[in-house]
Formats: sequence, C-alpha cells, structure tokens
Amino acid sequence: MNKKIIIDGVEVNYNGEKNLLELARKAGVELPTFCYHSELSVYGACRLCLIDIEGKGIVSSCSTAPEPGMIIKTNTPELREIRKIAVELLLANHKMNCPSCAKSYNCKLLEIANKVGVEEVRFKKVDKECEIDFSSHSLVRDSSKCILCGDCVRACEELQSVGAIDFAYRGSSVNILPAFGKKLNEVECVDCGQCARVCPTGAIYPKSNVNDVWKILSDERYYVVAQVAPAVRVSIGEMFEFKPGINLSGKLVAALKKIGFKKVYDTSFAADLTVLEESNEFLGRFERKENLPLLTSCCPAWVKFVEQYYPEFISSLSTCKSPQQMLGAIIKNNSSINSSAKEVKVVSIMPCVAKKSEAEREEMTTNGTKDVDLVLSVVEIASMIKQAGIDFKNLSPESFDLPFGFKSGAGVLFGKSGGVAEAVVRYLNYENNFVVCENKIDLNDEAHWKEIKFVYKGKNVKAAVISGLKNARQVLDEIKKGNLKYDFIEVMACPRGCIGGAGQPVYYDDDTLVLRRNGIIECDVESQIRNSKDNLFLMKLYMEELREIGSSISHSLLHTHYRNRKRLLGDNIEILSGGKNCKAEIKVCVGTSCFLRGSQELLMKTMKYVDEKFNNDEIKLTAEFCEETCSEGPTVTINGKKIKKCKFEDIKTELNSLK
Amino acid sequence: MASNNVFIVEAIERRKKILNKVSKKIIICGGTGCIANRAMKVYKKFCDALKAESLNVEVSLKSESSSNESVIYVSKNGCQGFCQMGPLISIEPDNVVYVKVRPEDVDEIVEKTIKKNKIIERLLYIDPIKNQREKWYDEINFYKKQQRLSLRRCGRINPEDIDEYIYDGGYEAAIKALFDMSDKDICDEILRSGLRGRGGGGFSTGRKWELTRIKKADKKYIVCNGDEGDPGAFMDRSIMEGDPHAVIEGMIIAGKAIGAEEGYIYVRMEYPLAVERLKIAIDQARKYGFLGKNIFNSGYNFDIIVMEGAGAFVCGEETALLASIEGKRGMPMPKPPFPAEKGLFGKPTVINNVETLATVPVIIKEGWEKFKSIGTPTSPGTKTFALTGQVANSGLIETPMGIKLKDIIFEIGGGVTDKNGEINNQKFKAAQIGGPSGGCLTKEHLDMPLDFDSLKSIGAMIGSGGLVVINDDTCIVKVARFFMQFTQNESCGKCVLCREGTKQMPALLDDLIEGRGDEKTIELLETLGKAIQKGSLCGLGKTAPNPVLSTIKFFREEYLAHAIKKECPSKECKALLKPKIVAKLCKGCGLCLRYCPVGAIKGNKKEPHVINEELCIKCGACIEACKLNAITVG
Repeated sequence: MNKKIIIDGVEVNYNGEKNLLELARKAGVELPTFCYHSELSVYGACRLCLIDIEGKGIVSSCSTAPEPGMIIKTNTPELREIRKIAVELLLANHKMNCPSCAKSYNCKLLEIANKVGVEEVRFKKVDKECEIDFSSHSLVRDSSKCILCGDCVRACEELQSVGAIDFAYRGSSVNILPAFGKKLNEVECVDCGQCARVCPTGAIYPKSNVNDVWKILSDERYYVVAQVAPAVRVSIGEMFEFKPGINLSGKLVAALKKIGFKKVYDTSFAADLTVLEESNEFLGRFERKENLPLLTSCCPAWVKFVEQYYPEFISSLSTCKSPQQMLGAIIKNNSSINSSAKEVKVVSIMPCVAKKSEAEREEMTTNGTKDVDLVLSVVEIASMIKQAGIDFKNLSPESFDLPFGFKSGAGVLFGKSGGVAEAVVRYLNYENNFVVCENKIDLNDEAHWKEIKFVYKGKNVKAAVISGLKNARQVLDEIKKGNLKYDFIEVMACPRGCIGGAGQPVYYDDDTLVLRRNGIIECDVESQIRNSKDNLFLMKLYMEELREIGSSISHSLLHTHYRNRKRLLGDNIEILSGGKNCKAEIKVCVGTSCFLRGSQELLMKTMKYVDEKFNNDEIKLTAEFCEETCSEGPTVTINGKKIKKCKFEDIKTELNSLK
Repeated sequence: MASNNVFIVEAIERRKKILNKVSKKIIICGGTGCIANRAMKVYKKFCDALKAESLNVEVSLKSESSSNESVIYVSKNGCQGFCQMGPLISIEPDNVVYVKVRPEDVDEIVEKTIKKNKIIERLLYIDPIKNQREKWYDEINFYKKQQRLSLRRCGRINPEDIDEYIYDGGYEAAIKALFDMSDKDICDEILRSGLRGRGGGGFSTGRKWELTRIKKADKKYIVCNGDEGDPGAFMDRSIMEGDPHAVIEGMIIAGKAIGAEEGYIYVRMEYPLAVERLKIAIDQARKYGFLGKNIFNSGYNFDIIVMEGAGAFVCGEETALLASIEGKRGMPMPKPPFPAEKGLFGKPTVINNVETLATVPVIIKEGWEKFKSIGTPTSPGTKTFALTGQVANSGLIETPMGIKLKDIIFEIGGGVTDKNGEINNQKFKAAQIGGPSGGCLTKEHLDMPLDFDSLKSIGAMIGSGGLVVINDDTCIVKVARFFMQFTQNESCGKCVLCREGTKQMPALLDDLIEGRGDEKTIELLETLGKAIQKGSLCGLGKTAPNPVLSTIKFFREEYLAHAIKKECPSKECKALLKPKIVAKLCKGCGLCLRYCPVGAIKGNKKEPHVINEELCIKCGACIEACKLNAITVG
C-alpha cells in the first residue's frame, strides 16, 4: 500500500502517526495549536491547525487521520487568513495585561499571535470582567484570560479523573467553572495543577508566594532556611537556557544563598527518612496482614484524592508525612540548628503546586507551628533569582548544608515515578535479605502502571507503581472488586511523577520528561551511597533525636492522620444559633433524599415548636446536607444522637426529655 | 404479512365496527398552536355540550358496547397546519371546517351543525383574495396546493390511539420490511428512492443506512433527531405530536435495515406534548408487541427510549446530540469519525431527522418509484415548511420538492402582507429559508424551484424548512442581526471561530444599524463570515454566517446605504432616522415638543416647529406623537 502523503509538495511516509498534525511535524511543518496535546483526547476546537486537503477541503489536522495519497496544503492565503482571524478573535476577548501576567514568561497565545502574524486586532475589544478566584492555596483562576481551549478540563478529567472544572453556559457566556460556580477550594480539586500546566494563557496558574518569601527574607526576626525537592535540580536549568535533565543543584544552592536563605537543605534527606519510616510501617502491616495495600503518602494530590473518593482506603495510606513536611518538622524541632534565637522559617522549593496546599493542612503542624511556612515552585524561585539579578548561568556551584543536605541516591529517586518503590525495595533488600525474584524495577519503563514482585521470608510481595490519578482510580476500583491484590502501591499524581509536576517549567511534550527522568537516574547512579540506610546523617538523627524508627518522637514529628473528605464542607445552614444556655443541638438533613421524605416540613415544625416552648438561646438548629443514610431518611441528629426515619413526634419526645 | 398479525387484524375489525356507529366526527386540532388558542377548552366544551344534549359522546373509540346506537366521536388530533386560523374544528361527514373557534361558539355549533346539519357561515374560512367563504379543505387555497406525505396523517387521526394509525394502513410497511425484505433490500429501496435527510444537510438516507449496515459491531443504534430548534420551525414537532407512530414505524424499519435493536428519540423538553404523545405511542406499540422482544413475532428485537434534551440548539448537530444522550455536555466533536463508524456509546449509529423517518414507511409501503416520481430528480419527495412572517396564511405546509417560491408565498401563503396586515404582493422583499443556518431569497428567486441543490447553489439551505416571509418595511440588516444573535446565544462555545466570530458579527452589524459603520465594516463582515464558514468545527458554525453573507450578497445596496449614506431604506433603524418637520403640514400644536425627551424641538404656538438635529437622539417619539403626519424621517 502506498503510505505516502504529500504535505506542501514534500512527500512524507507515514507510519503510525495518529493524525495529520503529528505527520506534519514529521515533515517539518509546525502547525500552531492550542488544544492539541498528545496525552489528551483530540478536541478540535482552536481551529488553528487547519489544513487544506485536496478533495476534502479545510479540516483540522489534529482530528484527521492520514490516508494514503492525500495531498495537503498547510500554508495557503485562505488558511493564513482564517488562523489570523481566529487569533484576533481570541485576543479581542482576552484581558491583555501581558507584562504583569503570571504566564507571560511562556504564554502560548503570545507565541502563536506572533507566529500567525497578527498585526492588529480588527475586532471589537470585549473586556471580560471576571472575579479572580484566589480561594485555592495552589492555583489561581482568572477567566478573563481564558481562551476556552478546554485543555484544563480534559487534563483534570483525562489525566486525573477528577473533573473539578468544566464548561458552563452557552454562546458568549461560555465559561470554565467548578460545579455550581463554586470556588476552587470548595470543590474536589486535588491541587495537582495539571490544568495550569496545560493552560496556554494565564487563565489558571500556580499561586505565587514570591512576595511572601521576599518579605520573610528581609524580616530580621526570621531565620529562613530552604529545602529543595529532588525533582527541582533537573529542571531549574530550563528557566536559564539549560537543557532539561541537567543536575544544577550546586548552582541552585549558590543562588539561594545569594538570595538570603541561611541554610539550604535537600528534601532528599527526608526522602531517605521516609524510606525508613515507611518500610518499617509496611513490614508491620505486612506481618499483621492489616491495612494493605500500603499506599504511599508522599504526593498530596494523591492523598486528597483518596480522602475524597476512596475514604475506605484512608487506613491504607501510610501515616508518614511527605518528605517536605518531615523535613520541615525536623528542621524546626532540631537542637543542632543555631538560629541565634530567631524564629526559624522553612521555605520549600518544589516541583509541585499541591505542596502549597499540603503545607496549609492543619494536620501538618507540630505543637501549633507549621512544619513548612511557604512553598515556591521552580518557576517562582527562578523568578526570584532573576529579580535578584543573579547570573545563574555563571554561578559557581555550592553544596547543600549539613546535616540535612546529605542524601542517598535513593532519596533523589523520589523525584520520579517508581522512585519511592525502588528506594524502599533497595532498603528492604539490604535490611532483610529480600530476594527480588521478578522484574527488578525497570527505571526506564514507560508504563504509568507497572507491577513488581518479590519474596519476603518466603512470602510473595506484590507491589504497584502508578503515575496519574486516573490510573490510580482504575487500580483502586479493581482492588475493590477483588480483581487485584497488592501489598504496596506507590502513586504520584503527575505524569512520570514529580518531574512532571505543575510547579515545573511548563512542558508540553513527553520528551522533556524523559530528559528530566534521565537526569534523576544519573543523580542516583553517580551518588556515592545509594541506599537510604547508608545515610550517615540520618542515622545520626535517629541516634540523637528520634531514637529509633517508628518511635513515639518520630511519630509525633513525622507521622500524620487523614480525614474523610467525601462530602464538601461548608454547606450547612444555621437556622438558630443557640447560645450559652444551649440545651440541644439539632441537625436536620435536607439532602435531596431527606427533602423528598419530608425533612423540610420537619424543619418548619421544629422551628415553630422551639419558638413556642424554648428560649432562643437554648436550641441550636442546623439544616445540613446528607448524613448518608438516604434510604432511611429523614435523618435528624439531636445532641449527637441520630434518629433515622424521623417523625416530628420523635423530635418532640427528644426535646421534652431535655426539659 | 399484515393480515397475519393478530393485533392488526383485531384493531382493524374493532375500528370498522365502531366507525359504522359513528354518526358524526368532530375533530379538534390539538396541535400546540391551536392549544395555545384554547383548543382544549373548545374540546372540553364540546364533550360537555354534547353530553348536556344527551347525545352519545365517544372520545376514544374504544367502546366495546354492543349496542348499535349511533355515537358522536369527538377527537383531538394533531396539527392540521393552518395555525393562523386555529383552533380548527372539522366535522365529518358534513365536510365542514370552522376556523378560529372559541369555546363560546361551541353551543351554536352543536345546536346548528351537529343537530341540524346547518353550516354556520361566520365560522367558515374567508379567502382573503377572493373574499369568499370556503367550507372544506379541498376548497381552501392553503391546502389545495399542498401534497402531504409525511404530514399525511397529522390532524386526520387521533395520535393517542394506535388503532386509528393501524386502520389507516399503519405498521404495514414495518411488517413488510420485517418479513419480506432483507436488511440490504431495505437500504437499497431507500437508496433508490433518493430520499435525502430532511434535517438540513440533505445527505442520502439510503447511503447513511448502508454505511452503517455494513459495519460489524455487537451493538448499533438508530437515533431520531427531534431537537428541532430553528426559530419559527415546528415541522418535526407537528409530526411527533400528530403522528408519533409514523416515527416509530420508520425507526423499526431503520433498525432492521442497519441491525440495531435499540433506538433513541431525542426531543427537546420544550415539546412536552410531543414527549407525552411519543411516550403514549411507544407504550401502545409495546403492548401490541410492535416494540420490545420479538416484534410482530418476527424474531427481531427493537425498542425505543425517549430522551429529553434541555433545549440547546447545538444538540441538533449529530455529534453534540450523541454527547447529550450519553449524559455529557452537548458539544460537537470533529468528524470523522462519523457516527456510522463511531456513534452513540462508540457504536455505529444512524441519526435521522423526524421527518425523514416519518417518510420511510411511505417509501417501503408504496415502493421507491412512486416516491421518486414526486419532486425533482435530485431531491425527490416532498418537504414540509413552517411558513411564517409577513404572509397571509402562516402555518405548516408540505409540498413537492422543486415547488417555486412564488407558489408557496402567493398561493399557499395567500400573499405578502404589509404592516397593516393587508395583502400586497408588491411588498415582497425576501424570504429567509432554513432558519439561522439558511439564507435569504429575493424577488429574483421567486421562480426558482426549491430543492437541496438549487438552494445550496445560492448560499442558502433548506435546513429543516423554516420559511420566513419578509416585506419591504423590514430592514434586512436587522433581519440578519436577529439570526446572528440567535446563533451567538446558541453557540456551544467550543470552537473559536463560531464562539467569538458570532459575537463579533452582531457587533459589526450594530455598527451599521447605529450609523458607526463604513464600507470596511461590510468588508470585515464578509471576511469574518467566510472564515467562520470555512473554519468552524460543526455545522452550526459553518452555516452561522449564512444570513449575513446571503443578505450582503443580495442586498448590498441596502448595506451600503447604512454604511455610507447612513440611511435605512426601510426606516427601521432608529439611529439613522433624520426626523424633519414639514412646515406646510405643521400646525404648531406643540404635541411633538411635549413628547421630545431631550428638548430638541422648538417653535411658537400655531407656528411650524423645528427639530434641532444636533440635539435629536432619533427616538421617534415626535413621529408617534404627531397627529398630522407632519414629521418625516428623511
């Protein structure tokens, strides 16, 4: 069969290309596009990758499969005009405050406007005034910049199976919103930020803490230290014209010192710590056969995902804090740090935006103090380095500060998918003479879900390594159905793990991730010690402070707990607020099922009854949403006592017994 | 064969017996238009009035009573098409039709026509041209020129009674298809008939079926597109309301042809009556074994689910419609893959419009040759149109394809009306065909035969068949703006060109309407319109600029008048008015001066007044106020 296609007069062989856009790339023609991402479904909305196929006319190349004998033109006056008009139309409807826009450092709209040769915007400027949603700790949403390419919607749904945002309304009112127009922190967003990663403009972007960090750096009261996550070292260079994957931790440390951080530590140290704590936890559970599979807890997006969608697996989550939080807690509670009586502040440099929300979790405090004060993404720290006028390219490397700058190669592996599992297996191997009988983890494996098996004291151990929450959802569903059984599961939310995090310099292709991954592997290979157990400073920490793995001190500093987030909070409606004489707290469920079963009427009758028989401050009455006993509604809770199939008489009896 | 099916035999027998007893049949039009004009009150009044007269009233013809006493059958049927004259009441066998019947008229009808067989002259239809009263459909011009095929039973049978459908020859085509034809035979028959999709695109139905038939899949679907959304169009609604079994029968045949066991009817929820009647019809068909497992004892399974859409115009686009059935937001997807390969739930799917499916049984029953003999060679058959606008007889009509525009407007439509409602065919300016996706036809097209290809060749389309007649008191720029605003509101917002382009086009038209435009505005409208046409993702976007582009093409002078002379030839664009007081006519009464909201009029009592052009905001209040018509608009 003739597998040839002619693109702009050049013959191109096609071989498995999914669509003509990719084939055109092969032919050296880079068609502009907003909505095409190889890892997302084809959408066909931006109308920029249009091509003219002989006999077929103008079609979008992203949604058209190659067929033998096609003759294609990509650069006709008509196509150029349509592309130009499309971009002008977008610009007419886009809030153009480019110099101060968070995305200006690599805005795709700006890039494509240049590329298609926009000289003027012939159309009427329609300024959308939208309220900017600052509610999330991780992300900011500004609809006035949105070009409605839908990339964020698909990333959220197709990569993470979360679907926190979607299209709403019609015509010129179309907007991308969380459900019911709520704010991002009120819905099921897991803060992974993949939406922001794929957003071509500044419509959704990581929340910046740059100014907050400058502020504490210049405040005499504080002793500010930094910790740098493993995945940052191989990507920071991209912000300074280096290729992806080059380990630039030395320059980064030097830059951070120049900026004013008193100490610069390596989160990989805490990764080693995690290996020890989590392995210990795993062995305990494995021997007791309880709460398996052990689910890793390093990734805060994954943790929130489990809390929201799989609360039945909360007990399976490792109680270990993530390395970021562990290191924060260690730094702040370590006697060896001489802060000259100043208050220690910890700033982490992370490849991740979910870490910003993680640092704000109320569980992530020790004795009332936040473990980590502020979190910066790679892009943010690069911006600070530029603001400080530091010539990053020509900096002489410096090393991390001891003791928490010391790490094993295994600790650095945490920056990529499979790294945690690899580090744990390495450690267990060493410690307990594990025999890895099958598939030693292939560090170069492309799969987003792979299995590893090994034998421990004659028993088979089966583990899984997953990246992408959608893949994780599939695995958990299969486990629930009884079709799969694992003892240990490592999950990272972003593609290929933290190297693909949303705090990283923007990337659109997997090639960048492969280079970063290779960089991480290189760090490990070149390390003098490659097993967390061999981290001398870690051992010293155990001897001097933590005493032993899993000790009560380590528990108070390094472990945490989780809660069920299946229901969105903040929905309850207070009707009577009670007071100091409050005798009873009544909650009436007004969820759909209870409502249909008459809870509204119960509520009215109760209000009337309370009004007649009680003083205002004696009763607290709340309308609440869903007690999850729908089939037995209406559900009323009085002083913690749940009354199912509640009738008004039941409430009356209960209230009269109080008198 | 038909005679083998026990339900069909019984239904026909039962019907024959009852019809023998019916002495009079009173048909009340139960289409939405007539219902809005209180047809149901008329219906109830009839039942009550007849009962009060101790006459035997029957409303369902289900009576099993063996008495041979004669009965009066009061039936509420589907739309009869002549909506402007509703509610329509026809009485058989007298063959008299009363128009605009009010509940107050019922007693008189019962007294005179029912009891004494006398005709009430004042309730007859008066032909506006001949100015004479006409008694029955075959005399009324509106009906005389029509040829009803897909509407053949609308208004004639009670849509809520399957027996009436069967008695009228219904389900014979389905039985023929199931027992006497192979799947390929059916596809061939439809292909040969030349039937083209009535929903707008005009794609060959037979080819669509054949493409899906040859696909191998564990499951296939047939989807009926009842998401009719053009402003002023109600062809599909009338069929679903007036003859729901024809749609079901068409779907059964299509199901057999492509190998689908499940069908969906997607109806917008703004059509509650259509939904209700379809559901009743489906229930009845299931009870008779015409739907469900082993239909008609043929060994085939086929069932239908009615799916209510939320009323987004874009859901009439087939990929958006499928997304909507799947529970997703109704947004189109790029084609290919076409639904024939990957349709509903990823399975091969045929999507046909209501009218297309309702036409299918006719072709199967009577053969492709007969169908092909109607209409034009490339567009055989008939087409329904929703005739509205400035025309004497508005309503739902069906004519052979290839009918001339003038025959529709001047014969069936009874002529163009002016702003006072008087017929004046000289006032004809344009006809907007095909709704917001269509284009404008002008005087020069009056003799053009209307079919898929002729319309396409001049940048319009038949669409689903909306036909709005426009007289020359109407500004064409404003007409174009109206349709653009509609598509803007209804754009799903997915692709850039449609979403943003349809927002800019009304803005550019506003520039013309409000006197800010120039020649460049028209040029930009054309450039943008062409880009939207060529580059949009789906049919809605690709056709959205048609109203503007076709009116610029045929009424360029009028556009230029707005742009350059800042004049609106129809005097509709208020911002372009130049009110002047004709001194000769002005008596200086001061009324205009009092009504002017900005104090732009000066003048002494009993002396001619003057308008200060600089202050005038062109609101037109003075013109309305002046009793002497002394103010002209320049």
